[in-house]
Amino acid sequence: MNLWREVRLVAAKDLRIEARSRVAIQQIIPFGLIVLLLFAFALDPDRGILRRVAPGLFWVTVLLAALLAVSRSFAIEADNGARDGLRLSGLDGPALFLGKAAAVAVELLALEVVLAATVVVVYGIELNTLVPLILGTLAATVGVAATGTLYGVLAAGLRVRETLVPVLLLPVVAPVLLGATRAWEAAIDGIPSDAWPWVALLSVFAVLFTAIGMLAFGPLLEEA
Amino acid sequence: MPAVVRLRSAVCLLGRFPALAGVDLDAADGEIVLLSGANGAGKTTLLRLLAGLVPLYSGEGTVLDHDLAHDRRGARRDLALVGHETFCYDDLTVRENLQFAARAAGRTTAEGDTALERLGLGRLADVVHGRLSAGQRRRLAVAVALSRDPRLLLLDEPHAGLDADGRAVLDEVVRAAPSEHRTVLLASHELEHARAVATREVVITAGQAHLASTDRGAP
Repeated sequence: MNLWREVRLVAAKDLRIEARSRVAIQQIIPFGLIVLLLFAFALDPDRGILRRVAPGLFWVTVLLAALLAVSRSFAIEADNGARDGLRLSGLDGPALFLGKAAAVAVELLALEVVLAATVVVVYGIELNTLVPLILGTLAATVGVAATGTLYGVLAAGLRVRETLVPVLLLPVVAPVLLGATRAWEAAIDGIPSDAWPWVALLSVFAVLFTAIGMLAFGPLLEEA
Repeated sequence: MPAVVRLRSAVCLLGRFPALAGVDLDAADGEIVLLSGANGAGKTTLLRLLAGLVPLYSGEGTVLDHDLAHDRRGARRDLALVGHETFCYDDLTVRENLQFAARAAGRTTAEGDTALERLGLGRLADVVHGRLSAGQRRRLAVAVALSRDPRLLLLDEPHAGLDADGRAVLDEVVRAAPSEHRTVLLASHELEHARAVATREVVITAGQAHLASTDRGAP
């Protein structure tokens, strides 16, 4: 079986489980919405603060929700010895990594659509330059999904994985928070030329951690 | 007959504890080998070693011509382990779990469906794993293993939790293994039942992993 068939098999399995369990819809997306609304309560919208900091708040919310998505992605492998089943499956490490990261990325993209619509409506911002905004969002999402999947498997066999993953992951994805926030600010201001360097940074981050994940996931899964 | 399993002075550590302390074992193509011994003797560790789930600390070992010391993942596509857990996903149906296992091993979804019927799980095909009883889960675990069409089938206490009908189905699967060019290693405490299907019995004694072999002939 070739790599992409294996990737589709793993991603479809994870997405089918999420669709049936409804954890993403009933818990992760509501969590993101609540965080955005709490920011709105905390920062008085009348003073225009929300509009200025909306990109940063959006991406902080995405990263916090991503922690839940990553945790969920490996929680489903913890029950019934499924992680051993995955090791015994014969699937290659790169395919397992890409499949699980792809499923997390799809969930994050769905989350981001809902959160972006909320930011537009509640925070009152306008998204003026869509192309760099979309490309930056895609690159940031791939980067977060790849990094999360890598650190998720690193902590998979540990009893403290729920608390360890945020501590490990959040500092590493700081460049994503910075780059995606700046790209969104440029898109909101309607200055695409300011967005492209950040989109490039996000793309390099995504490619780098995807490559590292493809190499490291298999050996890390064996030790988990 | 060609050796499917070959261990020489195999040592396996769980932490610092030598769960296997120098095991010699051979299993040929089509053999049904019963592993017997007391709790903690190392039967489960031995099966997990052969499946490549725990590393070989010292000694020599090959499974389906793959060296356990250097390539313990190599044989996985051609073997299956029925362990204490099912390796299945609670939110996938019986059929979906079987088809995932079959396709992951490079087999077709039809092989998953064949295993489904063989283990008598047809009426439960669309039930999610999380809603199955313990006995039904045990049947599914065996079906998942068969859906991979393995050359080496490793069974760890496979009779546990099965009713009389389930045991009969399992015994049929094990007895059919030689004609399907499949080797079976079966660890069990239910010796009377397991001896009835085994061609050979290997006794593992308390943690020291000295093996005595008794040829039982054809089942």
